[in-house]
Amino acid sequence: MSPSPLAFDIAHMFAGGLVLVSFMMLYQDRLLPLINVLSLHSLLLALSVAWQAHIQDKPDLYVTAVIALGFKSIVIPMALRRMVVRMELHREVEVAVGTGMTMLLGIGLVALSMDLMLRVTAGANALVREDVALALSVVLLGLLMMVTRRNAISQVIGFMSIENGLILGGAGARGMPLVVEISVAFSVLVAFIVIGIFLFRIRERFDTVDLQALDRFRGEHR
Amino acid sequence: MGITSALAAQFGQMLLVLALAPALTGLTRKMKARLQRRIGPPIFQPYRDLRRLFNKDVVLADNSSWLFRVAPYLIFAATWVAAALVPTFQTGLLFSWAGDLIAIVALLGAARFVQAVAALDTGTSFGGIGASREIMIAALAEPAMIMVVFTVALVAGSTQLSTIAAFMADTGGLRVSLAMALVALIIVALAENARIPVDNPSTHLEVTMVHEAMVLEYSGRHLAMIELAASLKLLLYISIIACIFFPFGLITDGAGLSAHAISLAAYLLKVTAASLLLATLETVIAKMRVFRVPNLLGVALMLGLLGTLLLFVSGGM
Repeated sequence: MSPSPLAFDIAHMFAGGLVLVSFMMLYQDRLLPLINVLSLHSLLLALSVAWQAHIQDKPDLYVTAVIALGFKSIVIPMALRRMVVRMELHREVEVAVGTGMTMLLGIGLVALSMDLMLRVTAGANALVREDVALALSVVLLGLLMMVTRRNAISQVIGFMSIENGLILGGAGARGMPLVVEISVAFSVLVAFIVIGIFLFRIRERFDTVDLQALDRFRGEHR
Repeated sequence: MGITSALAAQFGQMLLVLALAPALTGLTRKMKARLQRRIGPPIFQPYRDLRRLFNKDVVLADNSSWLFRVAPYLIFAATWVAAALVPTFQTGLLFSWAGDLIAIVALLGAARFVQAVAALDTGTSFGGIGASREIMIAALAEPAMIMVVFTVALVAGSTQLSTIAAFMADTGGLRVSLAMALVALIIVALAENARIPVDNPSTHLEVTMVHEAMVLEYSGRHLAMIELAASLKLLLYISIIACIFFPFGLITDGAGLSAHAISLAAYLLKVTAASLLLATLETVIAKMRVFRVPNLLGVALMLGLLGTLLLFVSGGM
């Protein structure tokens, strides 16, 4: 099955937009706007998956899209926002590693994933190739986000974006089975709740959600 | 088509941009003033300013060298030649085969270099501040511009503006890379033309100015040349954006009189729309701190790079 050029262009637009929004996440250093960016990220994922469902003619992917839209674009950002407001973190500006450096690293990771994926999937159909390559970039950018941030909430957001990248890849390749999909969605939700409780515990104990406090507590450097 | 009429079309276009440039500046100022509920100067005020400046005497600093005196003409010449290479309402003009987008970037870079050197020439502290800030901005804006050029060139298969415009006019479809290139180009254009998030064109507050600090020592006809070159540069960027991303209404040579009229009207419409958008943008956003500017330009650079990278993916089909 070879997709029509327009269908390919639209899929490419959504997936490329997702990579772009990942970069916006890396760039954004305040928490509340960051949560909005996560919401946008998930919205784009939902659109992208819905489009894949349309062109691959797989109705079960619509369910994935709805889950992405409902949970990750609305419920989780709302919960995160409440958490930030309750912990009075919304005025904090995070000291990231340095935007320029992070951006360059991100570009490097995107280049790496394209180079790798275009080689590995040389025989596959164009739609799958671009989807998998871009999905790997989203995953790597999410990992980069988790590495460069010190605040626990931005790490959670990085984690969510990694998950978005995985779903993008899964939807493009062959479509995950629905059971797997739903269980992944719920495990993310459970992980989110656990992380939420964990966050409050960290805060109770150390009066901060800056994870360097943990390093100090464990007696690692400084 | 004979060489005479080709030359006539080329010179006609060059004179058109020259005549139109101050009006564009005036129009943008007027719209900005109206958006801020001021009456604002009339649209043709820049022409009057230029005439007044040309009639005034030049005051030169005692310690300025020959470079200070020739710089305004060099800046103006380089900008005008660059403007001659950009198709405004007609593509495939005679000179457009002499240089492509990279040549345009190089010409503008040369003009900027001359301006920075001239600003350093008098040895005043403002000139120094202006020059160093301008070079800092340029060092990031130029690579971003080159990345945009690469993105567009990879899509269209050419760096020649006429060819790009022809390609863009007949291929439809959505391309995320081009959208990124457009945003990057707009950021670069704002930075290069010293517009609001990067520099305020209407301020004389010393801590914030960039472009104005460099031309502070100029007066009379020298200042007029620099002002005209600045207006021309704004029109040039708007024309580049219009010709790459909105190439409707462009004609090739050999078109009839009515086609000329339509394409000219389309061009004027595009410039007016761009001017309105620019005025709106300048009204709704605040100027950035100088040290935040590299972040903004970094975004442009990143968008350019990302656009190029994404093209390799779609190139796989």
